[in-house]
Amino acid sequence: MNEVKCECGHVNPHGTVLCESCGNILEEKERQKQLVDMRYEGSARRSQTYNKTIVDKIWNFFSSVKVGVWLIVVTLVASALGTILPQEMYIPPVGTAAEYYEDQYGWFGKLYYDLGFHNLYSSWWYLILIASIGISLVICSLDRVVPLYRALNKQRVTRHEGFLKRQRLFGVSDTPPSSDSLQKLKDNLKKKRYSIREENGNILAEKNRFSRWGPYVNHVGLIIFLIGGMLRFVPGMYIDQVVWIREGETKVIPETEGEYYLHNDQFILELYDKENDGEVFGEALDRNGMVVKNYQSNVTLYKKDGDTVPGEEPELDKVKDFQIRVNEPLKFEGFALYQVDYKLNELNKMTFTLQEKETGKEFGEIQIDLFDPKKSYELANGYSVDVMSYFPDFEFNSDGEPATKSRIPNNPAFIFKMITPDNPEGEISFVAIQETIEPMGDNEYKMAFKAAETKNVAGLTVRKDLTLWIISLGGLIFMIGVVQGAYWNHRRLWVRAVDGKVWTAGHTNKNWHGLKRELDDIFAGTGLDVPKEQLTDDGKKG
Amino acid sequence: MKKQRLVLRTAILLVLIAAVGYTLYANFTKDDIQKVEVGKTAPDFVLVDMEGEKHRLSDYRGEGVFLNFWATWCKPCEREMPYIDNQYQHFKDKGVKVLTIDVGESELVVNNFIERHNLSFPVMIDKGEVQTAYGINPLPITFLIDKDGKVVRSHTGELNESTVRQFMEEIQP
Repeated sequence: MNEVKCECGHVNPHGTVLCESCGNILEEKERQKQLVDMRYEGSARRSQTYNKTIVDKIWNFFSSVKVGVWLIVVTLVASALGTILPQEMYIPPVGTAAEYYEDQYGWFGKLYYDLGFHNLYSSWWYLILIASIGISLVICSLDRVVPLYRALNKQRVTRHEGFLKRQRLFGVSDTPPSSDSLQKLKDNLKKKRYSIREENGNILAEKNRFSRWGPYVNHVGLIIFLIGGMLRFVPGMYIDQVVWIREGETKVIPETEGEYYLHNDQFILELYDKENDGEVFGEALDRNGMVVKNYQSNVTLYKKDGDTVPGEEPELDKVKDFQIRVNEPLKFEGFALYQVDYKLNELNKMTFTLQEKETGKEFGEIQIDLFDPKKSYELANGYSVDVMSYFPDFEFNSDGEPATKSRIPNNPAFIFKMITPDNPEGEISFVAIQETIEPMGDNEYKMAFKAAETKNVAGLTVRKDLTLWIISLGGLIFMIGVVQGAYWNHRRLWVRAVDGKVWTAGHTNKNWHGLKRELDDIFAGTGLDVPKEQLTDDGKKG
Repeated sequence: MKKQRLVLRTAILLVLIAAVGYTLYANFTKDDIQKVEVGKTAPDFVLVDMEGEKHRLSDYRGEGVFLNFWATWCKPCEREMPYIDNQYQHFKDKGVKVLTIDVGESELVVNNFIERHNLSFPVMIDKGEVQTAYGINPLPITFLIDKDGKVVRSHTGELNESTVRQFMEEIQP
């Protein structure tokens, strides 16, 4: 292909602006300029010229920084859109999402839902945007780091005059090059930790070249970070599930293949109180009312012993007791159980007494386990109570019949049959909270509510995240790249004897002020002129 | 040189596209990933039905198993029950076993339901382990298990009578 051979003899890839070796200007346009564009050392980046196949076209599209920046801007705008209304996963689970958005936010909510913004962060187009940023990152980096490495690696000590005089810092000293002054210069450079190469009496002093790789190290970190995010979609790598456990209940922990069980001994909600927590909180507590001090689940972790299948009574070995608090998860085998939610005072048992309405005389109490009511409760002296129907979460359904909404006793209701010596056939009574219906006419007896036992329920998150270390590694490399590129500058000084004069030129990739101050020190006592700023004030901006 | 560049670029692009493709695919299938995959052996379980009879799934190798998870509060479950019962009567001597599992309600409630709908097939109550093993979330859900214990189909949602019949024919050995 049409490679470019420089007059120094070095063969450059097509599209090179400045010869990789001597810095000679290879592109005619560039010669008109007062200063050369030193970005990427004038190497053949974004090889736009290879634009023949579809692969090259795709490559060149993603290789453009302009495209990359636009992708980031569009993604930022999209991410912001997703925060205007709550995402679907955060809305209360009543009714359908479509209804919720319209009810709560009117036409805008409907539009938001219709556009799919209620699930924005997992929509295909959002994922494609993120993925495009990733692709752009890889291709942009590859397209720049390779030529830059080549150019920095192949650079010669003796640079072309046209290159030197178009550097931002450039100077010509009329004094003929004496070995004394050059020796002094070299000593000064060494003191400043420059590494020095010499060729025919010409000098290239250079330091901190590694800082040029900072952005690419940073991009590698980002790509590792994205890979970590991608791995979350691989089954088994990332688990995030909620499990609800009542006090006294033992449940299998989801996603542990039935290996681990958890028993909830107690759920505790503690509030700050003025007496015990010191005077200092008094004022704040008066202002805010209740302030929670601690959410805690006292649990016992069990491991299954032996080969039972689900449904069989498992043999459980106790692993440990633990107190799960917010930010103090129970950890075992890569899993962590976090305290995330709770429900206080869920009805668990109810006590009723069989009472004769007229006299108020009682004939014994029955205690009903709301999770496992018995069919029949025997009382003394020929009295008994049958539970004909039980509705743990009672409502009247659309046909006007009593029904239950769920198996949780949020609003328990019963149909009792009260068998007494007076009414051996039994009297029917429908009993719900604060409500009694006697469908067969007036009864002589009633079931009077006596007491209720409640239990707390702990809501725990089962979390396993094997991607975390990859994401952390990506973050670490990202930061190393930032530091590498930001806290060091790649500085170079060229010294060349031309027609009995000494030409000097300086370059840095950032912090020109720092380089100038350093050059002042380096040139002190050498008798040579410090290279001067060639950039006019207009050009300096930006 | 030019050829090499094309090959290199194509390779890199393919790797990137594969990664993106996989992520998109995984993201869109994550909601309907069943714990129990079609073609795999159905997780074994042991439950005792309301009549006191013990059922171990793996004991029914050689027969097709129509496995249905339900609850009394679930309207679609209630509607499909009579169809399942009808077809159960028809297929029970043809090597199709019907097992239905209530998702942990009280015996009283389940027995009342059985009585009300006159159900004749075995009904079991699971306190949670079997549901966890099968990853049950929305109800009703039906699994069809063939004579080798492999899952041939899982169906979420209400069934009508002809679908129930089709399903049972599908697993009839």
